[in-house]
Amino acid sequence: MDLASAKMIGAGLACVALVGAGIGIGNVFASLITALARNPAAQVTPFAFLGFALAEATGLFGLAIAFLILFVF
Amino acid sequence: MAIEIKPLEQFTIERLVPLHPFGIDASFTNAALMMTIAAAAVCLLVIAGARAKALVPGRWQSIAEIGYEFIADMVETNAGHGGMAYFPFVFTLFMFILLGNLLGLVPYSFTFTSHIIVTFALAAVVFVGVTIIGFARHGLHFLSLFAPHGVPVALLVLLIPIELLSYFIRPFTLSIRLFANMLAGHTMLAIFAGFAASVPLFGILPLGVDVLLYFLELLVAVLQAYVFAILTCLYLRDALHLH
Repeated sequence: MDLASAKMIGAGLACVALVGAGIGIGNVFASLITALARNPAAQVTPFAFLGFALAEATGLFGLAIAFLILFVF
Repeated sequence: MAIEIKPLEQFTIERLVPLHPFGIDASFTNAALMMTIAAAAVCLLVIAGARAKALVPGRWQSIAEIGYEFIADMVETNAGHGGMAYFPFVFTLFMFILLGNLLGLVPYSFTFTSHIIVTFALAAVVFVGVTIIGFARHGLHFLSLFAPHGVPVALLVLLIPIELLSYFIRPFTLSIRLFANMLAGHTMLAIFAGFAASVPLFGILPLGVDVLLYFLELLVAVLQAYVFAILTCLYLRDALHLH
C-alpha cells in the first residue's frame, strides 16, 4: 500500500470518532427535551449546552487528527 | 480546472516586526497583533461601557453589564463560597478567549486560540494557579482531594492513581478542547470554501454549507469560551472546598 492511500484510510478511520460525538450530542439534547417536557421550569439549559460542548469536543479531537493527517504530514 | 486546497494556510504565523534580542526570537507576529487587538477590545468594551453609569443602560453599557452579570452569576453558582474573589480572573479569561474566537471568525484575520501553545499557556496558568490556591488555603490537607472520604483502603490503591491522573490531565484536556474546536472549525470552513471555488456552477451548494457552518462556528466560539470559564470555576471549587 502506498503512502497516499494509507493517509486517506487513516483520515477516514480517524473520523470514526465523530460517531461518539453524534451519539453524545443526540443524548444531551434528547435528555434536555425530556427534562423540559416533564418540568418546564427546570433551569437545565446551560448545563445542556455545557454537555453539548464537551461531547462535541471529543469528536473534534478525531476530526482534527484527520485534518492533520491529510494536510500536514 | 482544479484549485489546490490548502486549508491549514490560515494558521501560519508571520513575523510582522522581526525582533531578536539576545538571540531569542521575540518577533511581533500576527498572533501577537490579534492578542493585542483582543485585549484592547475587551478593555475598550468594559471601560467605555462602564463610563456612562446610566440607570437605564445604553447599548454599550448593556453589553458590558450582560457580560459582567453572566460571569458573576456563573462564578457564584459554580465556584461556591469564596469564589467571588477570583471573579476578575475568570472574567478576563472569558472575555479574552471570547474575543479571540470571535475576531478569528472575521475573514482574513487570524485565530490565536487555534494554536495549542496559546491555549496551553492559558490552561497552565489556570492549573498552576488553582494548585497554589489549594495548597495556600488547605496546606497539606489539600492532598485529601485525591483520597475521598469513606473509601475502603483496598479501593484507595486503585482510586488515588486515577484521581492523580485526572488531576494532572486537566491542563491538557482544557487546552486541547479549545484548540481542537478552533482548528477543526476553521479548517472545515476553508475546505468548503475550497469546494465552492473549485466547482464552476454548483459551487453555490458548498457555499451555502459554509454559511451554515459559519453560524455553527459562531455558536462554538461563544460556547468554548463559556466552557473554558466554567471549567476554571469548577477547578477553583475543588481547590477551595475539596469535593
